[in-house]
Parts: sequence; C-alpha cells; structure tokens
Amino acid sequence: MSKIEHNMSMTGDAPASISTTQKIASALGLLGLFILLLALTNVNFPNKTLFLSLSLGLIAGGTIVFANDAYRGKPVGIKNDGVWFKSLTNRGLSAWFLGIGLTLFYIVLYWFPEYLGLNSEGENTGVISLFDPLSKLISGNPASQWFVYGTLYTLAILIFGYKFILKYRNNNYEILRTFSVMFFQLGFAFLIPEILIRLNQPYFNPANLWPLNYDLFAGYKLDEFFSSGSVGLMMFAFGILSIFVISPILTYKYGKRWYCSWVCGCGGLAETAGDPYRHLSDKSQFAWKVERWVIHSVLVFVVVMTIAVVYSFLGDDSKVTWLTQDVFLWGSAGILTLLFALIMIFKRQELAKDAKYGAIGYFVIIMAIIGINYFSGNSEIFFFQAYQLRSWYGFLIGAAFSGVIGVGFYPIFGNRVWCRFGCPMAAVLGMQQRLFSKFRITTNGGQCISCGNCSTYCEMGIDVRAYAQKGESIVRSSCVGCGICAAVCPRGVLKLENDSLDGRINSNEVLLGNDVNLMDLLNQK
Amino acid sequence: MDHIVIIGNGISGITAARHIRKQSDRRITVISSESDHFFSRTALMYVYMGHMKWDHLKPYEDWFWEKNRIELKNAFVSQVQPEINQLTFSSGEIMAYDKLIIATGSNYNKFGWKGQDLKGVQGMVTKQDIELLEENTKNCKQAVIVGGGLIGSELAEMLSTRNIPVTLLVRESSFWNGVLPPGESEIINNHIREHHIELRLNSNLKEIVSDENGRVKSVIVEETGEEIMCDLVGLTAGVSPNINFLKDSGIELGKGVKVNRSLQTNYDNIYAIGDCAEQHEGIGERKTVEAVWYTGRMMGEVVAQTICGNPMEYNPGHWFNSAKFFDIEYQTYGWVFPEPRQGEAHFHWQHKAGRKCITINYKEGSRKFVGINTFGIRMRQETFDKWLTEERTVDYVIDHLKQANFDPEFYKHHEKEIFKSFKENLQQHQL
Repeated sequence: MSKIEHNMSMTGDAPASISTTQKIASALGLLGLFILLLALTNVNFPNKTLFLSLSLGLIAGGTIVFANDAYRGKPVGIKNDGVWFKSLTNRGLSAWFLGIGLTLFYIVLYWFPEYLGLNSEGENTGVISLFDPLSKLISGNPASQWFVYGTLYTLAILIFGYKFILKYRNNNYEILRTFSVMFFQLGFAFLIPEILIRLNQPYFNPANLWPLNYDLFAGYKLDEFFSSGSVGLMMFAFGILSIFVISPILTYKYGKRWYCSWVCGCGGLAETAGDPYRHLSDKSQFAWKVERWVIHSVLVFVVVMTIAVVYSFLGDDSKVTWLTQDVFLWGSAGILTLLFALIMIFKRQELAKDAKYGAIGYFVIIMAIIGINYFSGNSEIFFFQAYQLRSWYGFLIGAAFSGVIGVGFYPIFGNRVWCRFGCPMAAVLGMQQRLFSKFRITTNGGQCISCGNCSTYCEMGIDVRAYAQKGESIVRSSCVGCGICAAVCPRGVLKLENDSLDGRINSNEVLLGNDVNLMDLLNQK
Repeated sequence: MDHIVIIGNGISGITAARHIRKQSDRRITVISSESDHFFSRTALMYVYMGHMKWDHLKPYEDWFWEKNRIELKNAFVSQVQPEINQLTFSSGEIMAYDKLIIATGSNYNKFGWKGQDLKGVQGMVTKQDIELLEENTKNCKQAVIVGGGLIGSELAEMLSTRNIPVTLLVRESSFWNGVLPPGESEIINNHIREHHIELRLNSNLKEIVSDENGRVKSVIVEETGEEIMCDLVGLTAGVSPNINFLKDSGIELGKGVKVNRSLQTNYDNIYAIGDCAEQHEGIGERKTVEAVWYTGRMMGEVVAQTICGNPMEYNPGHWFNSAKFFDIEYQTYGWVFPEPRQGEAHFHWQHKAGRKCITINYKEGSRKFVGINTFGIRMRQETFDKWLTEERTVDYVIDHLKQANFDPEFYKHHEKEIFKSFKENLQQHQL
C-alpha cells in the first residue's frame, strides 16, 4: 500500500529490519496491550492492581528495551536510516493497521465509552474497571474513560519521550524540551487535576490554555470556578491571565515553541509517540494554503462559540453585576476591533494578500453577527443556542479533528495534523509569532546545499529549504520550534534563535560567498 | 527574442536560469539527460539511506518551471556547433541557441585501472549511479571503496546502513590529509573506524579482478598484493569535468571548459559555469576547477548578470565550504592548509571526546587570521566573513569566538577551554 516510487527504483535491501532484542521487546509491549484487550472483553482479572501494573509495566518495559537496543551503544548522530523503507513509517500496511486501530479507539472513547466498560450507574466493567485501583489511589474516584485515556496518554509521552531522548542524546535542546513535555504532561495534565478532584476542587489543568481548552469558559466550568471559593477564583484568574498576559509575553520572547513543543500535551504526544511519523506531513504549497484557511476558521469558530457561551452565562441585570450581556458583547467587539486595527495599522505590510482578505472577511462577519444580535434583541446569539454551538464545536473540533484525525492518523498524515490545521491555540500563538516575536530560525549565510532534510523532517510541513537556500530567516506562524530541522541539517545551516525584531524578516535572496558588489546589486532589486 | 540554452540542470545551470528569469523575459531552455527536474545532487545519498524519497530532493515543486517559463528538455547533447549556434541531441534532433551556458558538472575519475569497467564497479555522482548502486548492492556481501574524500566517506556511510561490510582504500597516510591538518584527519580516521568501516591507509588499487561473468570478484592492493574479495567496487577518487561531448566542438578545453573571469569561453556567446568550468588562472588561493556546490551556485548568479546586460566578473568572496563525515560536521572559512605555509602557523584544539576540534590558520608576524576549520562545532558564516574582511587577528578571533558559534541552543560551549588552550600554546611558543 506504500506509494510507488516512479522516479527511482528502490529495490535493494532496506536497512536491516529490527534486531532480535527489538522483536522480543515488541512482543513484551504487545503482551501488555493484550492484557488491556482482554480486560476490554470483560475478562475479570482476579487482582486488578497486579494486572494493571503488569500491563503498563510490560508496555513501558518493552518500549524502553526497544529504545535501548536501537540507540544505546551506537555512535550518536541522526538516526533516520530506512525511515522511508519501513512499512510502519512509510504508510505501509502496518501503518494503516495502526492508524485504523487508533482511530477506532478514539471513536469508542469519545462516543461509545460504555464499550470500554464505563458505567456511571454502578461498578465499572471492562478495561475501565482495570484502571479503578489507580484512579482511586490518585483521585479517590473510580476510573472514567478519560482517566484510562489520560493514563495511557501520559505513559506514551513518558516512554516514547525516553526513546526520543536516546535518539537525540547529542542534542541538548531536544533533551530539555522532551523533559519539559514529560514534566508538564505528568504533573500538570495528569496528576494535578486528579489531585484537585480528590481535594474537592474543580478539575483544572493549568497547562491547558483557552482556546485549546475550549471549555474553560463554558457555563458549567464557570459555575464550578465561582462556587469553589478562592481556589476556583484563582483558577479562573489564571485561565484569563495565561492567555491574555503570560502567553503573549512568553511568545514574544521565545516564539510559540514555549507552548507547542515544551508544554502542550498535544504537542507532547506528537513529539514523542508521534516522532516516527514527522516526515509524513505534506510540504506542498497547496497544503500550506489549506492550512491557513482551516486553522483560522477554527479560531473564528472557537471565538464565536466562547463569546456565545459566556454571553448566555451572564445575566442582563446591571444591578446584580456591572458585567452584563451587553457590556460583555461590546467589550468583546471592542477587543477584537482593537486587535484588528493594531495589526492592520502596524503590520499590514507583513501580511500576504489572502491573509488580509481573510482577516477583513472574518472581522466583518463577527462584527455583523454581534450587531445583528444586539439590534434584533435576539436571545439566541449567533442564531443558535450557545450550548448547541459548544456541542458542535466539541464534536467537530474537540473530538473528531483533534482526536480521531489528529492522533488516529499519525501514521498516515504525520504527527502534527491537528496542531497544523486545527488547533486554535496554535493559530493565536502563530499569529503573534509571525508578527510580534523575537523568535526565528536563522540561516547560516550561503552554506545550504538544498538537500531537503529540513523540509522532509519538518512535522509542520514547512518547506524550510525554500528559505534556507535563499539565505532567508524562517519566520512562519506554524513553526513549533521543535528544532529537528536544525538537528538533521548536515551542513549546520539552521539555528533557532531569539534575537531582535529588526531585520527578522529579510526576504533578500542573497547568499553569502559571492562578490560583494553583486550581493549589493541583488539586494537593491 | 534571445534563446538562452543551458546544458545541465544542476545547481549552476538552474541558478543561472532562475536569475536570468528574474531579470529578463528571454526564452530559457534547460537540457538534462539525467533527470526531468532539478534535484540536489548532494542529497542523493539520503535517498539510498532511506532518509528521503526522490521527490524530497527537488527544491522546487514541479509546477515551478512552467510558471516561470523555464522550458525543460530531457535529452542528451551529443554535439555543439558554435559556428552555427546549434546543438545536436543524441536522437539526431537539433536546437538553435543565441546564448549557450555549459553547466554539465563532473564525472567520477577512472585512472585506467585494469577492470575499471567491470560490472559491479561504479562511482557515485549521478541519479543513474544511485539507481545502479541499488542494483549492484542487492546481494552484496562485501564492498571496496577506492579513494578517501568526501564522496568515499559518504558511500561508505550509505553502504553501512545496509549492513554491507566496507573496506576503504585510501592512498594517503591519513584520511583526506591532502586537505585537512593532521589532527582533524586523525579524528575522521577514528570516526570512520567507529562505524565499523575497515579503513586501509597507504593503500592504492592495483587492479580489479573479474569473475567468469564479467563481474567484479576482488581487488588487488598495490602495496601488499593482497586480494580482497568483493561484489562492489566504489570509485571515489575525485571527479573531473564532464566535457567529453565538446571534444571536437572548437570550444577551448583544458581539464574543463576554459573560461575567462566573465565565465566566457573562446566564443562570445558561450559560457561555462560550475564543476565543468576551468579558469585560466586560479582566483586567489582557489583552484582553477572548483567542484563545489557553492561555487557552482555563485557562478550561476554571475553569468545571469552578464547575460542580462550587466557584464560582471566571477569574483567570489571569502572561501567557505562544509561537509559531513558520518556524524561529524565540518565547516571551513578562509584558508587552512594541511601544513602551515611559510610564515603561517596553526592553532589546533581538540575536545577530549575526540569528536570536536578546530584549527585556526594565522600569519605569524602580523597575527592576521587566515582561516578556520571546525569539526563538530557549527560556526556562523556571516561572522567569519566579516572578520576576514576586517582582517582581524587570531587573538581577536579567539577572544570573540563565542559570537561566531552557531550550535543549537543549550549546547555545551567550548570557548573558554579553547581560549585557555590558546594562551598556553602562546606561552609555550614564547618560552
């Protein structure tokens, strides 16, 4: 099922398939998964704690033994031999099996959790019940499908993070970054929320920012925050601060990578478990066009949805609180207008034509909706009930896009499909990264040999080479700063840097090395 | 309208075509018998190793050429007739040109060894060579590579990813020591061996022995007379200009196509650029034939100016180059020779782990910085370019070395250690 190479015969022996040790390690890992599968079919294990430990232990152990055998004791360097020959990493049969398996798992997880053994009325059964002991240990409650998912997700980031660190053990940037995502996943995304539950506080993951966390300002969530005393208020305040203050500061200093490849859980999984599929992203200019429209449309969708849910949460009696529906609505309109105006006034030269049209179009649409709502006294803001908008968003974007397509299709479309095409947080950070940040990838003079390793291994589908071979800095909104382009470059051409804003975007097609007069001449053009 | 024909779609020819298109509306045709589209030759090895697929080697998507009205023709030029401004293809078809740019690159060297044309004996320059290598390594149990340079080490790396044992015959007493100072050459010797390549120094090829089917069976080493059984022989003892088809054309040839500083041949409307061009005299310290990606690109930029009515000489700036030997990256800025020349001295620093080192070449009296080689440490070209232009001293360079570092963030820095070593070195000299 792999693509046929029309231009070059590739008939030789692929780099040796996996070693005996790696086969045994894979068998151990699969045995661990098999225990989960047995639990799924309602095999009632006598000692759940033992079998859960055994299962997770085997999965972890298998992966660690595999990684040790693959990378330890070998010279450090780039380990991409045979990536395009192996079925699993070249959209072969095993890749499709894995992709379909993951996709089915997501479908069951989101829409049919009862098949996993979820029972909200009584005792859990199936695989969820297997996780009850662990869940009770941490949060004091029986497990849910989300606890099972969260545990496996965290485990995946930890064990594949270990593998990634070994693979790039010559590269301190990659090592630190991976420790960071492992830490944030285990601590912030997994343990802290569960412990908060144990302490009777609202479920809250400080590393999951709005708008990625689209439910942060949903009515039920706001109720939770406001009914939980000062802790709830602090969470609410932190939620607001993190997107409106903390994130802009960090993104200005370091680019969006501070979040996307150092903190975020989606990014964490993509960078660790998803690393073997990074080269499958589409690098065509067409894909880039699609990306820009889709991701910004999702952003508009989440903004509209959030305004709607907060609007319907608020009352319209100004005696109860100053923040009435009308104040909120016009306040939101004001902020959006301000943002739009600032970008158009100060940064319009840096926007491509379609970006301007898109921005104007979306701005007009949002303003029109707000205006129509206000003047028609429509209680159903944006023509639909707010809860309906939210549930559609949750279904289409939150579940189908980020989960089913985003992770399920790792082995087919690459590991960052969600981050590239769908994540509204990435859109917000990306916009700032492109227009107002110190981050860029610097090209080293004229040293590029156009080999294409950087573009091939860019998980975001950026044609890095197109910039590097012109001697141009790479300033792209989608770049998550994973640093792999710089790592795989055989000539030391690329460097991720935070530097001054001046001359950050230079589109001079001038490469060092030639006659100084010629370079000046080309520069003038 | 002028018809500009470019023979060769490598980096030189394509750079010329793109720059001509940027500045003019002339008709441009690029001819190649190797591939339909421009690709990065330096990356062919990555296709064989499975890092990339063929399509990844193409720096421009296939629609680019039509959009920019650069006509591509897949054909082999068998004859050039400068007197009537006409090309003849191997098919017999002809094409007229107004201006011709020869950018046909290199072929690998064969030095008349016995058996050099046997099946299973090949070099590694073209797309076809890589395809042949796939064929030749299908059931390969042992390979011998003749020639220790960048391509030799690349071929060894490629074969080792397929678990083919490799013996590398190197004429010199240490790997690439005609270019690299001894300390650096030694690091690469060790690194090649770390990758389980059998590196045989001081070893020349005597002959290649055939089996009954006209396939390579073994090679004989000149010095020892030893016979090494093998199924593949890689010839990587350098390259030379690919100009056979011009032999009787009347275009002046030496090692390559002879060109003046404007890259013009003995015919006004015929130019030659890249690997196949030969300067009458080397520019500065440069060789007359420069078979390097970067110089090919620079010549392409220059010839485009000349052709578009802005006559310009090829006047390259400070020398630079880079390479990667297995896992160790190499960069060079300015000039560093294997042995310091008269009035020059080397400062050499090596990291204890044996995978990083630098060598700085400077003038003894004035202490002027002449050039630097680095292994395992990336340096910023812009900075060294500036320092070379400003004629900085070696002391200044050592003092400010950190500014030139281009390693990824959080990498271990060695400037302090280098500084210390330099000072100690200096004191020893003064004693």
